[in-house]
Parts: sequence; structure tokens; C-alpha cells
Amino acid sequence: MSATYHSGLHRYSLVLLAGTFLLLIAGALVTSNDAALAVPDWPLSYGTLTPPMVGGIFYEHSHRVIAACIGFLTIILAVWTWRAESRRWVRWLAIAALSAVILQGVLGGLTVLLNLHYGMPIAHACLAQIFFGTVMSMALFTSRWWISDQPSIPDSDSPSIHTFALFNAATVFLQVILGAGFRHKSMPIWPHIVGAFLVAGTITWTALTLRHRFGNVREMKLARILINSVFGVQFLLGVAAWASRLITADAPQPMPAMVALTVIHTVTGALTFACSLLVVMLCYRLVPRSREAAMASTRAEAVIS
Amino acid sequence: MYFGKKIGNSRRLAFLAFMAAFSLLPAACGNQENSEKRTPPERSTAPPAVVGPATAGSVSGVVRLDGPAPAARKIIMSGDAACTAANQEPPTSQEVVADAQGNLANVVIYVKGGIGNFSFAIPKTPVEINQQGCMYAPHVVAARTGQTVVFRNADKTIHNIHPQPKNNPSWNRSQSPGAPAIEERFSREEIAIPVMCNVHPWMRSYLAIFDHPYSAVSGPGGAFEIRNLPPGNYTLEAWHEKYGTLSQALVISAKEAKKVSFVFRPGAGASR
Repeated sequence: MSATYHSGLHRYSLVLLAGTFLLLIAGALVTSNDAALAVPDWPLSYGTLTPPMVGGIFYEHSHRVIAACIGFLTIILAVWTWRAESRRWVRWLAIAALSAVILQGVLGGLTVLLNLHYGMPIAHACLAQIFFGTVMSMALFTSRWWISDQPSIPDSDSPSIHTFALFNAATVFLQVILGAGFRHKSMPIWPHIVGAFLVAGTITWTALTLRHRFGNVREMKLARILINSVFGVQFLLGVAAWASRLITADAPQPMPAMVALTVIHTVTGALTFACSLLVVMLCYRLVPRSREAAMASTRAEAVIS
Repeated sequence: MYFGKKIGNSRRLAFLAFMAAFSLLPAACGNQENSEKRTPPERSTAPPAVVGPATAGSVSGVVRLDGPAPAARKIIMSGDAACTAANQEPPTSQEVVADAQGNLANVVIYVKGGIGNFSFAIPKTPVEINQQGCMYAPHVVAARTGQTVVFRNADKTIHNIHPQPKNNPSWNRSQSPGAPAIEERFSREEIAIPVMCNVHPWMRSYLAIFDHPYSAVSGPGGAFEIRNLPPGNYTLEAWHEKYGTLSQALVISAKEAKKVSFVFRPGAGASR
């Protein structure tokens, strides 16, 4: 089935992606300002939609309002995609995005109602990044580039580039979990530090493999530069955020420098995960897997004979 | 075109990308300690005795800090105009409160071990924690298991009261200006429970819960006194939120008024 490019749907996905990024910033601000429980009730805030916006309530309630808007925008995305999109898997991906944002809202509520217990904050933080990656995927899958014809680039080496890319994305997501575990005081910092070096290894390995096998493919080159750049910045931000925590450890409250660095580190982590997913998708889009290449070759031989 | 028209491949990719990451979520759960599952230590089932006032002694003393106290950090209250207005000068952190002689306030001193099988009535007078000027007062409080702890809001802004216990059920309640006092009880011994306000993240107090009456909190001059202690051999412990705990053996004879001291040495352990 050939797909049709819907510029409106694609642009709408990009808007939702930008909104989701804003939501990530708002959520990170809540945690960094110790404001997650500033509003003890849920789904309303102090029994109303317009609580006094003072102190930690400002961060928590703003996060809830932005989240509600993103939820509403995701409903529109799902309906629009279901009606306009001919590719069934894209339609179901939009439904998956909607399911994720609903589940995320419930997890956010449980985080508050269960007083941050039972791993709820970590699950909430990780699902946020999955949702961001899903919306990014929607924006990519509805783009003109994805729908238009692209050359098929062979990859006869082993392991396949798909394996590299998937392993890299899984490692980055593991690091997301470790970061959330530390941030929400469920584990020490050292697993996150070890994870940073693991991610450095897998990203470098993936980027070198991309360069070695697809050095002259423009998209692969861009993806390689992008993920290297984002991770490089993220690594430095991690060092700075940790240093800011140590320096302000005796402060009676979360200090602005620590909050800023930690929030930027958190959302750049989401960008790193999204970039790793992007590499996966580019590989699947441009490079046939060995089984598919063999099938294509068989078909070609059948036509010749 | 390779991928876009291959519906099966694309579907698998979308499913894989979403579910692979999603399936890792459960690994993130379950690390949070379920503080409500702990059980209190078992006590003797023999009939409890009553402390005899004719033989009871006391222990008193001073808690000191060896070396200069760290400079008190000013609190930034700009996030809530009512808090700024409630204080002529920005308050400072109450983490370390010591006078010029190094006498250390806000230290909980308590009998840790050696108490026999005595019966202690739960005090009817509640312990009070006030929220005034967007600070908790007092900063450190000792209470008994089952004793009523009253939280009041004297401020013109909203607060939330969020104890973070490890051995008692946790809770989080809001208190608007002029709202009735919140009364709570803690059923298990715990030293000490941090009490937070997430609206104002600088607000923090500590609530030490004991299942016996032998505890005190050092005052502004570092002084403390524990009375009505039956003769016996005990372990006396001092707890400070920044410097941790110190302990020493304590022997009380009949009617004895013992004098002891605790000295916290930041960064180099401590001594009595």
C-alpha cells in the first residue's frame, strides 16, 4: 500500500513534538524543585483547577496543565491519523501514543497519591521519554522524506546495522532508567555513571559502524553527527549537573544553578534517546535486512530467468 | 522505495520500538523501600512495671560542637510573596544552630537501650509544630508513639505537610491559611522523621518518635535533661540531623542526677 503525504498531519506532529518537549522541561522542573508533592490531591489541585500559584504549586500545577494540553493534542493526533493515514501501522502507532499519554497521566496521579512510593516516579519519568520517542516517530513516519522513494542500501556485514542501532537504543534507555532511579532517590549515582560510559561506548561503536559502512549516505552521516553531538553535550551536562549537586549540597533549598543544569541534563537525555531511536528508524528505512535482501534477490533472479 | 511500502516491516519496527522500551519499565519499579512493612521490635510479654519516683534519677548535660559552626545559609523565599512579607530579614537554615561557645541546639538525646519492661502512659498533651514565617517551629521535636502531634499554620499562605518516615506510614496533607489544626499520631519508634513542605522546599523539621519517655531535645544553649529514669545501665545516644549519632554508656544509681556531655566533631567522628 503506498502512503500519501499529509502535510497538515506532519506539521501537527511536529507541533505536538515541540509541546511534548516543553512538557518534559515542566516535569523536570517539578522534580528538581522538590515540588512533586506540593499538590497533595489529584486530578484536581487543592480541589480546583486554579490553585494559588505559589512556590512548588506553580511547578506542579503548571506541569499538570501542560500535560492535560498534550493529552488533548494527542487525542486529536490519534483521531486525525486514524482518519487520514492509509498505513495501518501508523494509525496504530498514533493509538499507542494516545495510550501512552493516558497511562502517563495515571502514573502521574499515582505518583502523587502514593507519595512517590512503589517506583511510580521512575516509571513516570521513563514513560515520558517513551512518549516523546513515540511522538518523534510519528513526526518522522508522516514526513515527506519517509514516504518518498529512497534508495535501498545493502549491508552484508555482521552483525547487521539494525542490531547495532537497536542495541544502542536499548542501552540509552537503560541509562534513562538508571538516571531516573538516581534522580528519584531509589539508587546511588554510580550505576548512572557506569551507564554513561556504556552509552558512550555503544554510541561511538554505532557511529563508527555507520561511518565505516555508510560513510557516503547523507542521512546516515547526519544521524551520526547528530547523535554524537547530542551525547557529547549530554555527557558534559551530566558532569556539570553532578558538580552542581555537590557544590550546593549544604544549601537549604534547590539552588537555581543546580535546578537549571539538572533540568537541561534531563531533557537532553530525552533528546539522546530520541536520536538513538531515529538512528534505528533510519537503518530500517534505508537498509534492507539480510532476509529481505535475500527475498529481493530471489525475486530478481526469478524475473531474469 | 524500500521501507515505506513494506507494511509488515514497518509495523514490526513501530511495535518493536515502542514495546521494547516499554517492556523495560517494570525494571524501574520496586526499588522504593516500602517503609510501611517494617514491624516494631518485640517487647517482653511479662506484666509491665511502673517507675518508682522514690528511686528515679536523671541525666542532664550539654551538647557541643567542636570547632566553628558552618555559616548559616540564607533562605531564598522569593517563590512566595507571603513568605517574603512574613520575614523582615531572610531567615537562615536551621540545620546547624550553635552559639558562640559551640553549644549545639536541636540535638535529640535519648535512652537507646537498657530500659526494662516498664509501662509508660501516653501523654495527653499534644506536641505542636507550627508553620510560621514559612518555617517550622520548633525545628526538632520529640514525641511518643501514640501521642498526638498537632500541626498549625500561622502563615498567610498554603502549606503541605509531608513527613517522610521509614518506619511509619507516610502521608501528605495540605493546610490553607486559617485552616483547622491537623492532628496525627505515629505508632512506631523512629529517629527521626523528616517533615517537608513541598510548596516551600526549604521548610524542614524533624520529628523523633519514642516508645518511652526518656528523650529530650537540646535547647539554644545546648542543654538537655531527662528525668524520672529508673536506676540501671543504659546506652545514651545523641542524634543530630547533619552530624549523625553519638552514644555513650550511662549508669544511673538511685536518686542520682548524672551530668554528661556530647561533643560532635565535624568530619572527625565525635566523642563524649
